[in-house]
Amino acid sequence: MTTIYQELLLAHYQNPKNFGRIIHPGKTITVANPLCGDVITMDVIVADGKVKEIKFSGHGCVISRASGSLLTEYAKNKSQKELLKLDRAFIIKLLGIELGVNRIKCAMLPLEALQKLLI
Amino acid sequence: MTDIRKIKRDFPVFIHNPGLVYLDSAATSLKPQSVIDKLAEYYTKYPANIHRGIYRISEKATEEYEKSRIAVMEFVNARRFEEIIFTRNTTESINLIAYSLGRQIVGADDEIVTTVMEHHSNFVPWQVLADEAGAVFKVVDINGDGCLDVNTSNLAGIITKRTKILALAYVSNVLGTVNPVKKIIRAAKKINPKIITVVDAAQAVPHMPVDVRDLGCDFLAFSGHKMLGPTGIGVLYGRYDLLNSMFPFNFGGGMIKEVTIEKTEFPPPPARFEAGTPAIAEAIGLGEAIKYLQTTGMDKIAAYEKKLTAYAIKHLIESFGADIRVLGPKTADNRVGVLTFAFKNYHPHDIAHILGEENICIRAGHHCAMPVHNRFGLAASARMSLYLYNDYYDIDKLIDGLKKVKKILK
Repeated sequence: MTTIYQELLLAHYQNPKNFGRIIHPGKTITVANPLCGDVITMDVIVADGKVKEIKFSGHGCVISRASGSLLTEYAKNKSQKELLKLDRAFIIKLLGIELGVNRIKCAMLPLEALQKLLI
Repeated sequence: MTDIRKIKRDFPVFIHNPGLVYLDSAATSLKPQSVIDKLAEYYTKYPANIHRGIYRISEKATEEYEKSRIAVMEFVNARRFEEIIFTRNTTESINLIAYSLGRQIVGADDEIVTTVMEHHSNFVPWQVLADEAGAVFKVVDINGDGCLDVNTSNLAGIITKRTKILALAYVSNVLGTVNPVKKIIRAAKKINPKIITVVDAAQAVPHMPVDVRDLGCDFLAFSGHKMLGPTGIGVLYGRYDLLNSMFPFNFGGGMIKEVTIEKTEFPPPPARFEAGTPAIAEAIGLGEAIKYLQTTGMDKIAAYEKKLTAYAIKHLIESFGADIRVLGPKTADNRVGVLTFAFKNYHPHDIAHILGEENICIRAGHHCAMPVHNRFGLAASARMSLYLYNDYYDIDKLIDGLKKVKKILK
């Protein structure tokens, strides 16, 4: 069985990129998965239709935190329009692992936050 | 219980999943071959609908179905078989009381009392009922060890003459705590003899002898699938005079005495509460599960699980010290083998996922008990739970698995 706890994801879990708060964010949102207690707060600054700065914080499992780290890295300097098109298949590719029905929700939480911010 | 290998052999899941370490019996139990065979027996030999079938295989199905009711009656020591209602599960049993009795007796400014350690199934129906009726919803707290913050001396401050319903768990599905239900019921009835007591025994009936007459409860609910039986079959025990005063919960076939265009008359319990074709195979399978438990002996099962629980607590604490925080009682007394824990700052989903990769099954989440998690300041937790087919080796595998979790997550 291939483990989802690979070096890459564990590295993003232990030292997540863009983890923290933006002091004067353009927009802020908090999303949660009450079933497992994951909470993510995401701050963003958008200019000229592009994400200029993005940070996330909160607590969650390896999957949700690694997903937040990878997604925020990806989102920088991408256009709002492009980011709103991202879907489940993209997140699975970004993480590079297969996820069962019970864990896909963890992986999707950061994208839910991002897209709610950009709408 | 002396030879655990014999017991494991009765459960075919271990043949199909070699090395399986199943520690999630509080969610659902595994099934012995005899129960699986009994389901197949119904479907192959007398797969007819029950009651009113004037032919041999329907009569046989009816006989087996009603034999199961008698088995349940004897198992929990009810006075008569009419006191045993077959439902889908504990949740439906409790909802039945809330709808058929709760809505008749609870009015504005009355009170419903429950506890913070309840499963949502014995919490939400009462919360909603109180809200609808304009009644007061009182929630009894617990202490740091996960025991109810209630005793015969302070109960007078909680239960009053206006308290219509007291709903509480016999055993907590998160903390494993065995509540002093008999004492609490007796004290509550002293304050208010008319109080209706509802016991959620979903985590008790599979693991210890339960006697409804000794407890003195008015209602007691449990599920078949947690006690080696099939899914989709549950039980509501209710005192006959109460059941007989209650209105039906569902309407339809099987629960009428006479229907005319003007009106319908309802039969006495249990038929009044079993509308539609019931889970026939599952009810018959539950009877077989009870037979298995009785042959093994409920006292023996309880004693064996207590030894395993003590072993698990000791080894968890010895192996991980302050890294592990066991919720609920810290000794094997007054508790069952449901051990919920927080492990460092690891997310319960990660713990369960890594253990899952080692073929070790535990549960992660809030276990349908969010109020008690809030009480301990946790969003979720990891839970292992034991049953008669577990052994010391299973606990050792769990400890090894948790060591691996620590190695991976640092």
